Amino acid sequence: MTIPVPAAAYTPPAQLSSVEAITEGLASVGYIASRRIATAVMMAAHLQKPVLVEGQAGVGKTELAISTATMLGLPLIRMQCYEGLDESKALYEWKYGKQLLYTQILKDRMGEQLGDAKSMAEAMDRLHSMGDLFFSEPFLEPRPLLKALTQVGGAVLLIDEIDKSDEAFEAFLLEILSAFQVSVPELGVIKATTPPIVFLTSNNVRDLGDALKRRCLHLYIPLPTAELEERIVASRVPDVDAKLNRELVAFVQSLRGLDLRKSPSISETVDWARVLLLLHAHALDPELVRETLNVLLKFEQDILGVDPQIGELLRPQARPAGK
Amino acid sequence: MQRTMENFIRALRAQDIRVSPAEAIDAHRAAEAVGYADRELFRDALVTTLAKTAHEAQTFDSVFETFFRRDEFTKTPEEDADKALADELPEGDGQGDLAHMLLEHDDAALAQAMEAAAERAGVSEIRLSSQRRLLTRRMLDEMGLGGLEQRIANAGRREDEKGKQLAERLAKVREALFAEAGRYVERQHDLYAAESGRKLREDVLSNQKLTAIDEHELATMQRLVRRMAKNLASKYSRHIRRAKRGQLDVRRTIRKSLGHGGLPFDLIWKSKTIDRPSIAVMCDVSGSVAQAAHFLLLFLYSLNEVVERLDAFAFSNRLVPVGDILNDEAVADAIAMVIKRIGMRSTDYGLALEDFCALELAKIDNKTTVIILGDGRTNYVNPRLDLMRAISERARAVIWLNPEPESLWTRGDSEMERYKRFCTVAKTCSTLAELERIIEDVLRTYMPR
Repeated sequence: MTIPVPAAAYTPPAQLSSVEAITEGLASVGYIASRRIATAVMMAAHLQKPVLVEGQAGVGKTELAISTATMLGLPLIRMQCYEGLDESKALYEWKYGKQLLYTQILKDRMGEQLGDAKSMAEAMDRLHSMGDLFFSEPFLEPRPLLKALTQVGGAVLLIDEIDKSDEAFEAFLLEILSAFQVSVPELGVIKATTPPIVFLTSNNVRDLGDALKRRCLHLYIPLPTAELEERIVASRVPDVDAKLNRELVAFVQSLRGLDLRKSPSISETVDWARVLLLLHAHALDPELVRETLNVLLKFEQDILGVDPQIGELLRPQARPAGK
Repeated sequence: MQRTMENFIRALRAQDIRVSPAEAIDAHRAAEAVGYADRELFRDALVTTLAKTAHEAQTFDSVFETFFRRDEFTKTPEEDADKALADELPEGDGQGDLAHMLLEHDDAALAQAMEAAAERAGVSEIRLSSQRRLLTRRMLDEMGLGGLEQRIANAGRREDEKGKQLAERLAKVREALFAEAGRYVERQHDLYAAESGRKLREDVLSNQKLTAIDEHELATMQRLVRRMAKNLASKYSRHIRRAKRGQLDVRRTIRKSLGHGGLPFDLIWKSKTIDRPSIAVMCDVSGSVAQAAHFLLLFLYSLNEVVERLDAFAFSNRLVPVGDILNDEAVADAIAMVIKRIGMRSTDYGLALEDFCALELAKIDNKTTVIILGDGRTNYVNPRLDLMRAISERARAVIWLNPEPESLWTRGDSEMERYKRFCTVAKTCSTLAELERIIEDVLRTYMPR
């Protein structure tokens, strides 16, 4: 087992020096982070380890990576995982067309070069040195992972939905995640100049291997509390007024208490707030909720199940609002 | 702090959170980066390095709370009076004198002393609940209980009023100290030992004969089986391979041919085949396996939860598909319902195989694994070996798990010896541990990869 030792020269950027700074920084780009989220980002920068972000769809896993990149002013390099993703799509590929073309163009030139070789061995040697030319950086097509490693000044690398890729690919990621380096057989080891901040997201489609989990910091983003969710909605949809915000969040929170196939997450709440805004709604009433329920619930049976309860679900929130 | 951290990690491990040495090192580094001053920050930093799932994060939080909680020594209204009394004490051995600390209500010093004493007494090594008293006593001795007792006795012997008062108060605070020490050890027990008891029970259970497992252990059993089934299912998911015919993948072929100077030696095809393994299970619930039937069904139920393409059947004589029941009902109801509807009649494997072939044979192909759970006791009716042969010819593998030991397979009405010939694997599985091992072997060897 090897334990990666952080490069001594690297110090995390000032925006990542404390939890408060991170919370503020993320808030300034519109991402309201809980303490735990901010701490995870901070640890990622300090320990130089990737963060594995888990949580339901729509709780802001991908958004966290995007916001971090915006906050730090770093380029975001995103890699969407899917079944069958392999290293030629994730890491690098040779520009085989260019290689072929150049061999053809340089054919005569090669003949000349080789023609005056005195012996077979000498011709061989020259040929070898030429062969290496064709497997050099100009013929290398960098894919997201290599791009993230070679980016000058660092980058934020987002490996989205890692659980959708297959196990072989997960194993392939290990070298990059633990040492921020990759081995390209023809070129040798390529090491990151500035280690990127890496986020991996997972929806738990399958269990990830222990080896991968061990190399990552783990962050689970739960569904937010009402108070946090109100702040998120306020930050994402600034035009929505406070009263409506409170009502709609309370309604969504009560929906989550029901037994649904897919309970609404933050992104649905935000979408709903936008829809309500477009409809110029100032308060929730059963009719309005019924008409817009399909924004919150994505399964027919969920909508049918909730429909008769709408009135009841709206009622309890009248109390806190009336206080 | 290192020792504390080590103990904390040990407590986490005791609660089933796996912490590898590398993670422990990460935790140390994390702690160094954030410092110990801000408790919340410290906790959040540790949780990212030590917990690896949402569930583990929850467990972590509760362990953290218990581990780093220090009860305040209970405040009493007599505090001022006690402080005055402290002057009455004859000078003891100075620093760390227990009686002084108690009377002066120096909580920080007391907590520290208790911590140190606990370490000397080895309280964190607690394994069993029966050790609690002994360890409490040992810890108190380490704190200097002997000296305290001495002082109480001395004060009691004094003639004046103050002496009597002092003895009384000292006895009172000693009681408080006892209570506090008891709570401390209790907490340590919760941290390090509570889980090991559960683990012990589970170990015993998984090695117990299936026929001897009690009804009330069903819940524990269920948890074990479900965990097992989940492990199995994650290994047994679909797999993608590149096909060996179809449309040529020009790009890849050319790329690969570069190694041979442009000559396409290796052809690569575009299409991929996805192996979607399926399982058909038939489970014997007749009178002869009555004792094990509960368990076999539990296994079937869990398997049904985690395997995507599973056809489940149960039989005594006629074979009935039970997929719907397993899908719709809660586990206890489903098992009861299957047993009530189908179970406890006399066995007829011939009839069951006939039904199975009629319902399922057409669906069986070289990606299907057929699992038969049962004892192979046929009540001397025709075992229909021909059907068994037909199934084994079509299926990828036929696996027979029999709760009876192999020595009984030739006795009485058991046809196991004859059925065995058509099985890829036929094994005894009479305990949960055996079942797990077999299934794992089977999946590794006979499942499409």
